[in-house]
Amino acid sequence: MSSDHDHEMGFLRKYVFSTDHKVIGIWYALTGLFFLFFGFCLMMIMRWQLAFPLEKVPVIGGLLGSTLANDGVLLPEGYNALGAMHGTIMIFLGVVPIVVGGFGNYVMPLQIGAPDMAFPKLNMFSYWAYFIGGVVMLASFFVPGGPANSGWTSYPPLSNIATTGQTWWLFGMVALITSSLLGSINFIVTIVQLRAEGLTMFRLPFFVWAQFVTAFLLLLAFPPLEAASILQLMDRLAGSSFFMPEGLVVSGEQSAYTGGGNPILWQHLFWFLAHPEVYVLILPGLGMVAEVLANNTRKPLWGYRTMVYALVFLGFMSFIVWAHHMFITGMGVTISAFFATTTMIISVPSVVILTAMIITLYRASIRFTVPMLFVLGFLPMFAIGGLTGLPLGLPAADIPLHDTYYVIAHFHYVVAPGTIFAIFAGLYYWFPKVTGRMMNSGLGKIHFFGSFIGMNIVFGPMFFVGLAGVSRRLFDQTGYAWGDAVQNWTIASSYGAWFLGLAQIPFIINFFMSIRGGAKASDNPWDATTLEWHAPSPPPHGNFATVPVVYRGPYDYSTPGAAADFSPQHAAGTES
Amino acid sequence: MRFTKMLCILAVLAWASFHLLAPPVQAQGSAAPDTSGVKIDGEYGPFLPTDISEHGYKIDRVIDIVHVFMAVLFVGWGAFFVYCLVRFRQKPGHQADPHEVKAKVSKWSEIGVAVFEAVLLIGFSMPLWAEVRAEIPADDDPNALHVKVLGEQFAWNFRYAGPDGIFGRSAAKFVKDGTNPMGLDRSDPHGDDDIVSGEFHIPTGKPIVVQLTSKDVIHSFSVPVLRIKQDTIPGMRIPISFTAKKSGVGTYEVACAQLCGNNHYSMRALMYVQSQNDFDAWLIEAGKPPEEFDEDDLD
Repeated sequence: MSSDHDHEMGFLRKYVFSTDHKVIGIWYALTGLFFLFFGFCLMMIMRWQLAFPLEKVPVIGGLLGSTLANDGVLLPEGYNALGAMHGTIMIFLGVVPIVVGGFGNYVMPLQIGAPDMAFPKLNMFSYWAYFIGGVVMLASFFVPGGPANSGWTSYPPLSNIATTGQTWWLFGMVALITSSLLGSINFIVTIVQLRAEGLTMFRLPFFVWAQFVTAFLLLLAFPPLEAASILQLMDRLAGSSFFMPEGLVVSGEQSAYTGGGNPILWQHLFWFLAHPEVYVLILPGLGMVAEVLANNTRKPLWGYRTMVYALVFLGFMSFIVWAHHMFITGMGVTISAFFATTTMIISVPSVVILTAMIITLYRASIRFTVPMLFVLGFLPMFAIGGLTGLPLGLPAADIPLHDTYYVIAHFHYVVAPGTIFAIFAGLYYWFPKVTGRMMNSGLGKIHFFGSFIGMNIVFGPMFFVGLAGVSRRLFDQTGYAWGDAVQNWTIASSYGAWFLGLAQIPFIINFFMSIRGGAKASDNPWDATTLEWHAPSPPPHGNFATVPVVYRGPYDYSTPGAAADFSPQHAAGTES
Repeated sequence: MRFTKMLCILAVLAWASFHLLAPPVQAQGSAAPDTSGVKIDGEYGPFLPTDISEHGYKIDRVIDIVHVFMAVLFVGWGAFFVYCLVRFRQKPGHQADPHEVKAKVSKWSEIGVAVFEAVLLIGFSMPLWAEVRAEIPADDDPNALHVKVLGEQFAWNFRYAGPDGIFGRSAAKFVKDGTNPMGLDRSDPHGDDDIVSGEFHIPTGKPIVVQLTSKDVIHSFSVPVLRIKQDTIPGMRIPISFTAKKSGVGTYEVACAQLCGNNHYSMRALMYVQSQNDFDAWLIEAGKPPEEFDEDDLD
């Protein structure tokens, strides 16, 4: 993989069907950002219906077609379809591909001093499997009856009797899961095998640790959902009844299913994936936050080892908490006690990591760069998201809160101003490495403050709407007395969503303008210590001119007696 | 500051565009069923609604305690966070101190969090859950009122045993829309006096046992004012129990809390919480045979 290899490759091999982890990473990130934006647009349409029930959707109402809307007014089936696709797209096509496929692919091999991933062709295949999954999901908008409309959780029997879009959803999911599975194997092997000389496990940047634990979660949690998706496909296409009990009467018709199945089985298989999936969404984000935090506090992460142990413990525990999503299914006393206990236990390592990050600020020298602003926004927002999980994890307190907007607010605080802020921090932070140019920090600051205010206007009111008793997935809450009483809060939320949309405009402008027009960046514009800043910006095929050797830990900042306030990992000298 | 100025401009633009996009002020058409004739009792707002159940205050208490705990933690973290941002911002000639801060505070706060969570879990949540889930009066308990609830797309059906106190047999094969939504077996004499209603009537001060199931997809039987919520799962019969307070007499709403299809949002039933006398009177009234009786349904 010498760099003169580049010149022999054609355009398609070099930029499209490339096996270079950086090109694949960029594709992942761009595709993921597209889906993130698309999923966000679906939500803005839903917010319109929630704020102004049965009003014609402005501007794009006419584009919704006749399956989702009637003369520009959203139909209940349209609302359900947008809801299901918003969840699916944001999680499986937006956030995970960006944090794992994008940042993981691009940054991780650079941070461990590797020339590429361990299996470059498998890496390319992961991307294309993801791409196919995305195309199938988008195509499902055009099938009769519209896309899947049974929620991103697709609970049978509803999903089994749903329109064709559900079949497309399942095929799409199979492709996406395959992509993640192949990617996870690649990540694990790369991190174990391809670390530079001297780069011991406890000298790994926290981001690499986060990717490592995440890869194990993907590897172990996804197969049950792949199996479950295929079982549901069989129910829908081959007349089996894995998830269908006998004696169903649907719309006055006796069901054709022979019965003998159990709808709860799907929920167990689904949440066995989907709870670790929550940590797949947040751990790489925590990794990015840790990198930016150490760099901009100009000091080592506080309790790095403790954080790593907490991370591994978190990953392990995430496999035995899944049924806390199912307290209301009629769960008995013993089993709910078990899952409530594991849920309380898993909150402890999360508190450890967050506390360590906040203590890192103590006696620091904080630079308020744009990536750092997003990190500083992330910390309190993630704290709110994490804390509000507590009442949901206690079965008794869960009774009035379960399946209400309180839940939506809780996990959106974790994923939206949480992970998505981490994604923005990562984008601003690594943009100069990828393009060789800086993003504009003025526009970046507008983007940050706009997003921070917007996010809180969107999700803050939802806690109160949820406490009031308003269920999720309601096309119109005003039909209930408790919903009507908090309709103003819902309207405020919707205004927040559109404001948040506007706040992304400076980012979009900044992103595309800076690719060619940004100020030129040096190889190490942030004075950072980890290995990716040792490579040229942008790094060539094969990454490093000479194989780097690592002499020290990942965050050697402000060491007394050192020439600068940072000592790169590859710099020889006093080891630490 | 320049950024502040640009932010203000952005805010004004946002405000202006909302007003361009927002619909003109007029009576908003609602998709919800017309309930103009029925006044719903209770107080509703941005916090937990009125509670008319005997057990509800314990749930509310747990929620209150957790939120106070969360607020204390958040304010503690937040204060330290803001202090650091102000105190340790980068200044010329100032360098970060890389030495590990010996912070006992973090260790103790983490232990504190763990202990507090254990207390919440073992001291409050588990006994309460056991009370709600396990202490359910038996099927033949004469002190309790038994109601069978059947969810369907998109309505709730309520069935009472009638004067003989025994439910007749029922099965999916007997289900007939309109005339026999709960699939009563007309050949079973116990079923003759069973009462099937689209309204949920309950007396106050008496334990109620609700047997939940569904005929098609998963629904969730949610009554916020009673602090109960339970999925209704086809193929399973799940009991829950509660008691309404004597002071809780009034008209309330039953909702579906689990996505069940297109009209999920309007799967609503009215709940009449009545004194025992009023309830008994309703039972007698509802138990009168319908005027037109369909002979075909006899077999």
